[in-house]
Amino acid sequence: MKVSLFITCVVDSVFPNVGISMTRILQACGCEVSFPSQQTCCGQPAFNSGYTDEARDVGKTLLEAFQDSDVVVSPSGSCVGMIHHYYPQLFADDPHLHQAAIDLANKTYEFSQFMVQKLQMTDLGARFPHRVTYHPSCHGSRLLGVKDEPMQLLRGVREIELVDLPYATDCCGFGGTFAVKMGEISSAMVEEKAANVADTHAEVLVGTDMGCLMNIGGRLRRTNRPIRVMHLAELLLEGMQLGRAVKA
Amino acid sequence: MSTTHGSTNVHDRAQHALTDDFLRQAVHFTTDRLRNKKQAVTGEFGNWEAWRERGQQIRQHTIANLDYYLDQFTRNLEAHGAHVHFAATADEAIHAVREIATAQNAKRVVKSKSMVTEEIHLNHHLEEMGMHVVETDLGEYIIQLAGETPSHIIIPAIHKNREQIRDLFEAAGGERLTTETRDLAAFARRTLRQAYLAADIGITGCNFGIAETGSIALFTNEGNADLVMNMPKTHIVFMGMERILPTMADLEVFAHLLPKSATGQNVITYMSVITGPRRQHETDGARDMHVIILDNGRSRQLGDPDFQAVLHCIRCGACLNVCPVYRQIGGHAYGSVYPGPIGAVLSPLLNNGDQYQDLPYASSLCGACYEACPVKIPLHDMLVRERQRFVASGRVKPTEKAAFQAFRQLFGKAGRYQTTIRIARRLQFPIAQDGYIRAKIGPLAGWTMSRDFPVLPKRTFRELWPELTRKGNGRG
Repeated sequence: MKVSLFITCVVDSVFPNVGISMTRILQACGCEVSFPSQQTCCGQPAFNSGYTDEARDVGKTLLEAFQDSDVVVSPSGSCVGMIHHYYPQLFADDPHLHQAAIDLANKTYEFSQFMVQKLQMTDLGARFPHRVTYHPSCHGSRLLGVKDEPMQLLRGVREIELVDLPYATDCCGFGGTFAVKMGEISSAMVEEKAANVADTHAEVLVGTDMGCLMNIGGRLRRTNRPIRVMHLAELLLEGMQLGRAVKA
Repeated sequence: MSTTHGSTNVHDRAQHALTDDFLRQAVHFTTDRLRNKKQAVTGEFGNWEAWRERGQQIRQHTIANLDYYLDQFTRNLEAHGAHVHFAATADEAIHAVREIATAQNAKRVVKSKSMVTEEIHLNHHLEEMGMHVVETDLGEYIIQLAGETPSHIIIPAIHKNREQIRDLFEAAGGERLTTETRDLAAFARRTLRQAYLAADIGITGCNFGIAETGSIALFTNEGNADLVMNMPKTHIVFMGMERILPTMADLEVFAHLLPKSATGQNVITYMSVITGPRRQHETDGARDMHVIILDNGRSRQLGDPDFQAVLHCIRCGACLNVCPVYRQIGGHAYGSVYPGPIGAVLSPLLNNGDQYQDLPYASSLCGACYEACPVKIPLHDMLVRERQRFVASGRVKPTEKAAFQAFRQLFGKAGRYQTTIRIARRLQFPIAQDGYIRAKIGPLAGWTMSRDFPVLPKRTFRELWPELTRKGNGRG
């Protein structure tokens, strides 16, 4: 299957290893992976702050970047949620762009969604002998409706010890510009989330959105709670490498 | 602790609330209990999503045809002998009450819980008219004694503990009390009973007005509304103009949706439906009944595709109980009588809503409110639309506007975006330590006040991409 990566600005510039991990997994699953280089950002920071024109201009770049792609896969439920949930209305005034937005929404998948729904793969032969807790990001689970897919992939990992995160579905306080604009409220929210993560005594916190993980990870680091923070793709790839090493 | 902080913006009021550990603990405790009970009761009930769908359909249909149903409701009310007053503004509603009270030469008022009377600050106006007002909902009674406003739509005294309540009751009654629930409730019961007996007017809200019968449906857990509307000679009902349901069959749906969503109760303790004042052959009920129907900005939302759905709200408070922002700052920080997600959406839309234009920013847009809403109001989407409206009004900070114009320019094309990242990578050097930034500089300070920010690595994904395709089995 031919797959185009929508890597997102956060993963591209801050967490390239997440993109690398996702690429390697897709390649291992037999996908022919491409990276359309005109892409930048989905425009969500501007859109959520009420700057519609600014968001539209940035979003247009994305529509163009993926116009020839068959399938688009992205390591962020939030950015894919933006495309699915808001792009059709964002481009409602221009029939041509509106159609392009609907087309993009129809072919764009969040990483775990793609693995489970499209490739129907939940067992990647991974092995990860650690205590792990999972934070379901709000936009991926609520806006996009990807709730069980990450857990299906995690349950397919051997020797993993999955522990429930208390108040898992409560927002971590990221919210894009909210984290800066309402820094104090956001700080109180992320402290509660970080404390809940620490209470699980997990060695690893895993998630599907680097915005949230950057937020929780930043708080864990600031408060000297030594918990490793990983994107699902990073955990799976590391697990696959470990699984292969054991077999060999 | 202080609960009424006078700042004019939500950011400062929130900051103040965040220092109040007692408040936050109380809010955590109660909202946890409510949402857990809701989850248990809706799970047991089953098909909750189908019930939400049904609730949404009924509210959508009602509000889309509100003129028809309001007319039907009014005609039926009048046929039963009730007087109906339409109030376009808060002032008109106050004026209507004044006329009724003057005609009755009324001095004493008892009230059951009503958010719409809070919205127009009715108690304040009644007291200015020289009337003695007693709130009879236990929570409302407590905050009335404290001289405060509700901090939750359903649990008005959510921010008070039993020691504070004992102190308030002791001051009001001049007697010594313990902090035992039985003792405190007995005091309230003794005091309130006297108030019911002495009152000239009873004022209630209205959970639902039933158009086909002209009935008023009231939900309480204390039975106080039944005493308020039956014991005094005159009963005044206050309702927002959107609180209509077409039929009794629709009320059945909401008799499930409201208590389950609000408090996780399977059924409400007292649901009373009254149709008109006391009839000749009847032995109880108020002799006069007035229904004041308030607009106050609601009708402006009719026909507005962005905001009409806010009129679907049934004031259950479920969105407050799941809101991670409300959880941290409580209700008073919103500054409006309507707090939480629904308050952040509704307050700027009502008359005099201008002072609440910043409330839509007090949200991380997590969508928990939408998921909890029994009539599926897309509150998270509406918060974004209110931000859009605020930006369009041109009142945003010039620095913020400039930042998003820069975003448009720099992130609009891949080449400019790459250059931006390269420059940022250089600029971060002086402030980076061990791969992270802690400096509280510029807009970054909102982040770094509580968390580390990772530095941009040496190479972006797109710079690494050529290597990935060489080593992997895919092609770029």
